Amino acid sequence: MEPRIDRRRLLLGAGAAAAATATGLAAPAIAQNAPIRIGWLATLEGPFATGGQDGFRCMQMLLEQHNNQAGGRRIEVVRESSNAQADVALARARKLIEQDNVDFILGPLSGAEGIALRDYSRTLTGKTIINGSSGASDTTLRNPSPNFFRFNTDGVQWMAGLGNYVRRTLNVQEVAIVAGDYAFPYAQVFGFSMEFCRAGGRATYLWSPLGTTDYSSIIARIPRTAGALVVIHGGTDGLAFMTQYAQAGGSLPLIGGSIMADQSMLSARGPHRRLMLGMVSGGPIADVHDDPTWNEFVERYRRRWSNEGGFRSPSIHGFNFYTAQQAALLALEQVRGDLSGNQQAFQQALVRLEFKNAMGAQVKLDHNRQAISDIFLNRIEERGGQAATVTFGRTNAVNQTLGVPEAQFLQLGAPSRDNTGCVA
Amino acid sequence: MTGSLALTVVLNGLTLAALYFLVACGFSLIFGLMRTVNMAHGSLYLIGAYVGYAVFEPLYDQDVWWAWYAGIAAGVAAAAVFGVAMQAVLLGWMQGQELRQALVTIGISIIVADQLLAVFGGTSRQFFAPDAIFGSTELPIAGRYPTFRLFQIGVAVMVGLALWLLLARTRLGLMIRAGVDDRAMLTALGVNVPLVSLAVFALGAGLAGLGGVIGATAQPVAQGVDARFLLTSLVVVIVGGMGSIPGTAIGAILVGVAEQVGQALFPTYSVILTFAIMAAVLALRPQGILGRPA
Amino acid sequence: MTPGTARWALPASLALLAVLALLPLAIPAFWTANILGRAIVYGIVAMSLTFLATYGGFVSLAQMMIAGTAGYAVAILVPGAVPSILGGVPYALAIPTGLLAATAMGLLVGLISVRTQGIYLLMITLSLGVGVHLFVQANIAWFNGYEGIRNVVGPEILGLPFRDTFVFYYTALATAALLYALVLYLVRTPFGLALQALRDNPRRVSALGYDAPLHRIAAFGVAGFIAGAGGILVTFYNIGISPGTIGLGATVNILVMSVIGGLGHPVGAFIGAVIFTLFDTFAADLYDRDRFNTLVGVVFLAIVLASPDGVLGMARRLRDALAPRPQGRADGIATSRAASAGPPASGNGA
Repeated sequence: MEPRIDRRRLLLGAGAAAAATATGLAAPAIAQNAPIRIGWLATLEGPFATGGQDGFRCMQMLLEQHNNQAGGRRIEVVRESSNAQADVALARARKLIEQDNVDFILGPLSGAEGIALRDYSRTLTGKTIINGSSGASDTTLRNPSPNFFRFNTDGVQWMAGLGNYVRRTLNVQEVAIVAGDYAFPYAQVFGFSMEFCRAGGRATYLWSPLGTTDYSSIIARIPRTAGALVVIHGGTDGLAFMTQYAQAGGSLPLIGGSIMADQSMLSARGPHRRLMLGMVSGGPIADVHDDPTWNEFVERYRRRWSNEGGFRSPSIHGFNFYTAQQAALLALEQVRGDLSGNQQAFQQALVRLEFKNAMGAQVKLDHNRQAISDIFLNRIEERGGQAATVTFGRTNAVNQTLGVPEAQFLQLGAPSRDNTGCVA
Repeated sequence: MTGSLALTVVLNGLTLAALYFLVACGFSLIFGLMRTVNMAHGSLYLIGAYVGYAVFEPLYDQDVWWAWYAGIAAGVAAAAVFGVAMQAVLLGWMQGQELRQALVTIGISIIVADQLLAVFGGTSRQFFAPDAIFGSTELPIAGRYPTFRLFQIGVAVMVGLALWLLLARTRLGLMIRAGVDDRAMLTALGVNVPLVSLAVFALGAGLAGLGGVIGATAQPVAQGVDARFLLTSLVVVIVGGMGSIPGTAIGAILVGVAEQVGQALFPTYSVILTFAIMAAVLALRPQGILGRPA
Repeated sequence: MTPGTARWALPASLALLAVLALLPLAIPAFWTANILGRAIVYGIVAMSLTFLATYGGFVSLAQMMIAGTAGYAVAILVPGAVPSILGGVPYALAIPTGLLAATAMGLLVGLISVRTQGIYLLMITLSLGVGVHLFVQANIAWFNGYEGIRNVVGPEILGLPFRDTFVFYYTALATAALLYALVLYLVRTPFGLALQALRDNPRRVSALGYDAPLHRIAAFGVAGFIAGAGGILVTFYNIGISPGTIGLGATVNILVMSVIGGLGHPVGAFIGAVIFTLFDTFAADLYDRDRFNTLVGVVFLAIVLASPDGVLGMARRLRDALAPRPQGRADGIATSRAASAGPPASGNGA
C-alpha cells in the first residue's frame, strides 16, 4: 500500500486562504466523509533531526497499516518540522491549526517545545494536541492544559526501579552522578535519586552545562569511594563524556540515563564501547525485549525502513510518536471519527483509553492526562557482533510521581541542580 | 590535589587553545590578505570533519593503522577544495565589497549545514585516535593526562612554525605579506593577486579542515558545531588582531585558558569571562593585541 | 532622502498605515496574527538594524540579542511566567523596565564597539550577540537555561487578553508606526543630521567639533530602544522566550529580513519581514520540508548576489530604468558605504 500522505495544496494567495478558513469556520463539524486532518510536528532540523525522522517513520508505518483510515474516515496528514526551538514549534503549530485546519497535532519532540505547545493548547477550543515525544515533567504535572494529552512517560518515570536496583541488587553504597545542567537531566537525576537515597545510598553530583566539550575536570572530581558512575548525558555530550572517560582509563561500573543507551551511542564505534558493555539503564523501550508485540513491531519497522535510512531498531522518539498516534487512532475508532462538539467525545475517549503500546506495556492516563505505563531495566549486551540494550527487569504502571502521593511530590519542588530528589 | 587540578585546568586551556588556533589561523590568514570575513569558516570545519569521517570509518572498521591519517588527508583536501571553489565562483569577483562577501558566506553556511545534515544525518560522530596517541601519559604534578591532548598542542605548534616559515621564507609568503600591507601595490607590481588569493583560501580552508578532524577526535562533531567554531574564530582574531598569526596564537591561548578556568571556577557564568576579555581588548586596542592599526 | 522622495514619504506612509489598519477586516485571522502581526514585530527588530545601517553605516548583528534583553527582562519580572524568577511586577512597570534594559544594552554594545568600523563592527556585534545567547542558555538561575521562561502572556488591553488576534495586531501596528515615525523624525533633528554627516565624512565632522563617539553610542541606544520594543512584542507573541529566540539562527533571520528589504530606508525592514514571514510559513508547501533551510540559503544567496540592496534597491532601479531622471543618487548607499568602510577606526580622533 503506497502511503497517501497529502502534501498540502499550494495556496496562491490570501483569497484562497480566506475561502479555506471561512469554510472551516462556518462548518466545524463537517460531514463524516470528509477526511480527518492530522498535523505531524517533529524536529527535522539541527541536532535532533534523527529523532524527528524516526518519529515520522513510525507514524507513517502505523498509518499504512490502517490504510490511512480511522473511525470510517480517511486521514490526511500535514507535516511540519521545527528545529527544537520553542518559538519555531509554536509558529508551526499555529500554522497547522489556524491555516491548515488540522483537527489535532501529534508532536512536538523536545522539552521546551512541549511546554510552549501546552501553553498554546490552552488558548484553543475544539482542538487537541497529543504530545509526540517531549518529556519535561512540568508539561503535564504543573499547570496542565485540558487540550494537551501525553501517552508517553516522562524523564522522571523512566528512571523507575533503577535506584533500587543499584542500591539493593548491586549493593552499591555511593555513586557519582555526572549530568547535564538542564531540565531533562534534572528530571532523570531526580527520578534516580528518589529511590537510591531512600534506600540509603549516597550520591555526589557533578553538573556540566549543555554543550560542554571537555569533561576532564569533571572526571578528575569523581570520588574514589564511588562504587558506580551514573551518566546522564545525551547525544553529543554523552559521546564526548564516554570517550574522555575511556581515555582517562576510567573503569567504574556504569549506570546510564535513558538516552545514554540509544542507537547513536551504541552504533558509534570506539574505545567507549568496551566500557559500555554491561551498562544498566532505565527507560520505556529496549532493542531486545522478549515480547511478541515488540518483536512484531521491530520486524515490521525493519522490513519497512531498512532500505530507507531506518535504524536497526526503532529509537525512543520513534516509539513515543508511534504510541501517540496509536492512542489517536484508537480514540477515533471509538468515536467513529466524530470530532464534532468541540471534540468533547474524542477527548473523553482519549482520557478513558487503555491499550498496549509497542513494548507490550499497558498505557492509561492519569487525571492530568499524563501516561501511566511500565518502565524497563536494560543492560547493554553484545548481540550478533553489535551492542544492544536488553530488558531484564520491569516496573509495572509507573505514574508521574513514582508512587509518591501527588501533593507530597509537588511539595518536593521542581527538579533542579539544587533539588535532586535525594531525600532519605 | 588542588595544585594538580589547577595544572590540569591550565593544560586543558592550552589544548583547547591549540584547537582554536588551528581553526582561527585560517580565518585570520584569509582576512589578512583579502579582507574577506568568511562567515562560512565554521562550515569548512564541518566539511573537513564529516568528509574526513566518511573516509576514516570504513578503514577503522578494517583495523587499518593509517585510517586516522587518511581521515586527516581527506578532511584537509575537502575543505581546501571547497574553500577554493567558494573564492573562485562567488567571492573573487566581489573583492572589496566586504559586507556583501560576509552576507554571501552566511548564505553558504546555511546551505552547507543543511546539506551536511541531509548527507550525514544528525548523529554525532567522533574519530578515534591511533593507539600511539590514545590513552594517557604520566606528567609531573598533573598526573595522568590524555596523550592526544598533548599531541594536539604539538600539532598546533608545528602548524604555527610551518606558517611562520611559509610567510617569512617563501616567495608566496612574501607576496601574502606584501598583499596584507598594500594590495593595490602588489597588483601594480604585476603579481597575479587572484591566484595568490586562491592559494591563501586553499591554505586557510585546509587549516579549518585540519582543525575539523583534530577537533572531532578530541570531541564529537555534530550539527551546530559550525556556529561554535565560527564564533570562536571571530573572538580569537578580534582579541589577537586580524591577519596576524602570532596574534591569533595569543588570542587562542587567552580565550582557551579563560574558557577552562571560567568553567572550573564558575561554570554557568564562564562565557562572560571570554567576552569581558574581548571587550577589554577592544577598549584598549581596537585593532587587537598584535593587529596593526590600518 | 532626496526632496523628491520626501514629498511622497508622508502620504505614502499614511496610506500604507491605513491599508494595514483595514486589512484585518478582509483577511483570515491566521494572516492577521501570524503573517502580518508576526512580520511587524520582527520587522521592528529589523528596523533597529536598518536604522543603524542606513543613517549611521553600522551593520550591527547584536539587535536580536538586544531585543531579547527586553524580552527576558519582562519575562523575569511579570506575574504568571513559568518559572517565576522574580515575578509579581505588573506589566505597566515591567514593560518600561524591559525597554530600559534594552536601551542600556544598546548603549553597552555601542560603547564596546565604539572604536571599530564596518566589517569589524559586524564581527564584534555578532560575537556579542552569540555570547549573550550562550550565557543565557547556560544560566539557570536567572534565565532558566535552555528551556527559557514560558507563559508570558502579555497585559490585558481594554479588558481584552493580549493574545486576542486584534489586540495583538493593532498593538503591534501602533507600536511599529510610532517607532517608524520616531526614526523619520529623529533623522531630521540635529542629532540625526550629525549622525549622517559622521557616516559620510567622520573626519571633517569631528573636526567641526562634533563628538563622534557620543553620537555613535547614542545611535546604538536609540536602536536598542527600538529593538527592545520589538523584543517585548516578540516575547508576548511567542508566549515566552528561550535562548533560541536570540540565537545565531534568529540573528541571521533579522539580517536576512533587513537585507532582503534593503538597507536604504527603514521601511525596507518591514518589507523584508513580510517576505521572510511568508516564505518561512509556506516554504514547506513549496519545497521538501526536510530541506527547507537549503531553500532559505539559496534564496538569500540569490538576493545578495543579484541585488545587494534588496527589494528597495530593485524597485529603485526599476523606477530609474522606466523614468530616467538626471538627478543622481547612487543606489545601495548604505550597503556599499558600509561595505567599503575599511579597516578599523581610521584614526578619526577617537
